Amino acid sequence: MAVQDTMGQAPAKASFIYDPKVRGVFYQIVLVAAIVWLGWEFITNAARNLEEQNISAGFGFMSNTAGFGITQSLVSYSEESSYGWAIYVGFLNTILVAFLGIIFATVIGFVVGIARLSNNWVISRIAYVYIEVLRNIPLLLQIFFWYFAVLRAVPNPRNSVEMLGGMFLNNRGLFMPRPVFGEGSILILIGLIVGIVGAVLISNWARKRQMATGQQFPSFRVGLALIVGLPFLGYLLSGMPVTFDHPELKGFNFVGGMKVIPEFMALLLALSIYTATFIAEIVRAGILAVSHGQTEAAHALGIRPGPTLRLVVIPQAMRVIIPPLTSQYLNLTKNSSLAVAIAYPDLVSVGGTVLNQTGQAIEIIGIWMLVYLSLSLLTSGFMNWYNDRMSLVER
Amino acid sequence: MARVPNVAATPIKTSPYSGWVRDEMHDVLPAPASEVGLVGWVRQNLFSSIPNTILTLIGVYLIYLLVPPLINFAIVHAVWNGEDREACLGTHGACWAYVKAYFSQFIYGRYPEPERWRVDVVFFILAAGLAPLLIPSAPFKRANTIFMLLVFPVASFILLTGGNTDPGAWAWISLAVIAIVAFAIVLLPVFAGQTDFASSSKRLGVVAGIIAIPAMIMLLFSVDFGLEYVETANWGGLLVTLVIAITGIAASLPFGVALALGRRSQLPIVRLMSVIFIEFWRGVPLITVLFMSSVVLPLFMNEGVTIDKLFRVLVGVTLFASAYMAEVVRGGLQAIPKGQYEGADALGLTYWQKMYLIVLPQALKLVIPGIVNTFIGLFKDTTLVLIVGLFDLLGQIQSSFTDPTWSTPTQGHTGYLFAALVFWVFCFGMSRYSIFMEKRLDTGRKR
Repeated sequence: MAVQDTMGQAPAKASFIYDPKVRGVFYQIVLVAAIVWLGWEFITNAARNLEEQNISAGFGFMSNTAGFGITQSLVSYSEESSYGWAIYVGFLNTILVAFLGIIFATVIGFVVGIARLSNNWVISRIAYVYIEVLRNIPLLLQIFFWYFAVLRAVPNPRNSVEMLGGMFLNNRGLFMPRPVFGEGSILILIGLIVGIVGAVLISNWARKRQMATGQQFPSFRVGLALIVGLPFLGYLLSGMPVTFDHPELKGFNFVGGMKVIPEFMALLLALSIYTATFIAEIVRAGILAVSHGQTEAAHALGIRPGPTLRLVVIPQAMRVIIPPLTSQYLNLTKNSSLAVAIAYPDLVSVGGTVLNQTGQAIEIIGIWMLVYLSLSLLTSGFMNWYNDRMSLVER
Repeated sequence: MARVPNVAATPIKTSPYSGWVRDEMHDVLPAPASEVGLVGWVRQNLFSSIPNTILTLIGVYLIYLLVPPLINFAIVHAVWNGEDREACLGTHGACWAYVKAYFSQFIYGRYPEPERWRVDVVFFILAAGLAPLLIPSAPFKRANTIFMLLVFPVASFILLTGGNTDPGAWAWISLAVIAIVAFAIVLLPVFAGQTDFASSSKRLGVVAGIIAIPAMIMLLFSVDFGLEYVETANWGGLLVTLVIAITGIAASLPFGVALALGRRSQLPIVRLMSVIFIEFWRGVPLITVLFMSSVVLPLFMNEGVTIDKLFRVLVGVTLFASAYMAEVVRGGLQAIPKGQYEGADALGLTYWQKMYLIVLPQALKLVIPGIVNTFIGLFKDTTLVLIVGLFDLLGQIQSSFTDPTWSTPTQGHTGYLFAALVFWVFCFGMSRYSIFMEKRLDTGRKR
């Protein structure tokens, strides 16, 4: 669009309708007018339609009593709680499944991605088949498969499958022993906090010392010992206060212990397994992007294969991996909204119930979009920060 | 066997005192049997070291755990023929008889049986038109593209719905208004005395052509071809999956190009609006978009205006997909060297000429793999429409589980296996095609 007048004077002969600047302003005015008109049309129509349906716009309904139960909640919730609180419970459930899903998907994805590059033919083929099969099947189908075909098909509570560590799997969910923290357990928590702080301090100190003197310090092992050892010490000192509440079969169902509902398991399994295929491909591409010369140079310097991978290849691969990994995390978070299909009480599922009861469609969908948009922005903001830290510092 | 050729052509002289002098290399011994062939390959790739051996054994055990049960389920113990659930009760295998009985529903949904030939014709035109478009060496690309972009959508709309739908007076009026405004803009310089009528006649022709296309389409839609009207509520199965995926991707392409151009535009408001649009739709899940199009969109409409449910979903899917498409196209626009833009400017081309003639043909060619990948994603995402009450392939299978005639313990597994197979074949095929195109387009970097 840039037209430069080389003569230093305005092209007086051309009409103003041929002036790119005038045209630009004109197009933009038309665009703004169209958007404003569309918005106005939508708002007035919506206001009139809502009035006809006797629905008052606004967020006043949020404090009304919800009156429906939620099968899983991280905070106390009852049917007397308000709609707003119900949506908050759903939001927390979304965060829970997305957070755990991201962790599992990352672990599986990295393992499979590295396995895909293995010299072992069997392992790399298995990884290849895993990736190619599971990423080409819709996520919703996988969720249905895990929920309806696997977790709903396990036996009833009386014939539960007993698993390692006193866990029971049946069609009501997974029942696990719940740790009960008795008196003095605070010492364990203190031990854990001191251990983590100590590990961070030691690794900082070790890095500085290595920078200054070149001497290495086994900070990882010491840190691990601190994080594991100090809580254990606290556990012993306070007189072993932790007991386990084991689930027991009473009548037709299990009582006590911790219950993981099948909806949560199905969603988590499907989300992690599906997203892991994409992460595996990203990891593979990232590692392949590090030129072979880097590995050869490290070997020529006498660095052993383990530290070569840890200190030379992975830091460089991470630079390639992080940006697409971020978008996979975002995808996983957004895909967790498929929970509504199997009635896992996430934000969309609970919101859908509220929507059906109150008819406040615009408000509910507005809340959904706002929450997911801010989650997206937060995640990408965090990953950008991490990316900046990892990226090459050029001098 | 490698032989060292005689360097000197002359034979080695033999002296009477020496016995025998070898004048050629002995045949090379074959490599040890443990290093070549199958055995050597296995040793090198599977059992080269102790950790490697352990990994191999774990891998083989995994295969043993997964593959034989799957084969047993899908083939060995499967039931292929039967009238109802009785046939499948006694087995642990797949109940393919149920899929057979439901097959036409999985393809057409509740589309009336005597009218299903229309769907078949649409499928046939799609396959016949798409195949030569996808094969790079097939001729008549331009004619084929126009056919697929103009004739095919109109034909399939008429065939699938039955046509004979009056677009309504407001559609004709608005088209007429647009036509008048467009002609006025073209003729403005003539009235202003800038040019004479003859020089803008070519432009007039172009505008008339552009206006004539929607007019023709609207005319065709309102003609009664004697086809029975089939409402979209009766569509289902693979038909709905394909309709949503293909319409979504085809409609999102022009929007995506416009948004990508907008995002790189010099006009600040256009750029801002494009960025907001793209980032908004990319930031929200498709489910919320579908809910919005099925619950909120009717609220935004004028009184008495009801929009078909499938059409509402199509609007939502198109908006959603065009944001992703815009980012794909933007990647292509950024990959075009700056010299191409500057060259076009130097030739005195206008913005649209520059984009249409120079930049977009190159950019769109570059992003074909990206477009195919977006299509794969959209194809998989069409399953979500079952949540808002449309019956795509998965929705149709899911709803068939309620039928007591075929209710067996393995019905669910069979249905999901079938759905997975269909989706996998489509998606895997497309991803292979995308890789093939990527390799084909990557000629510049090959040496």
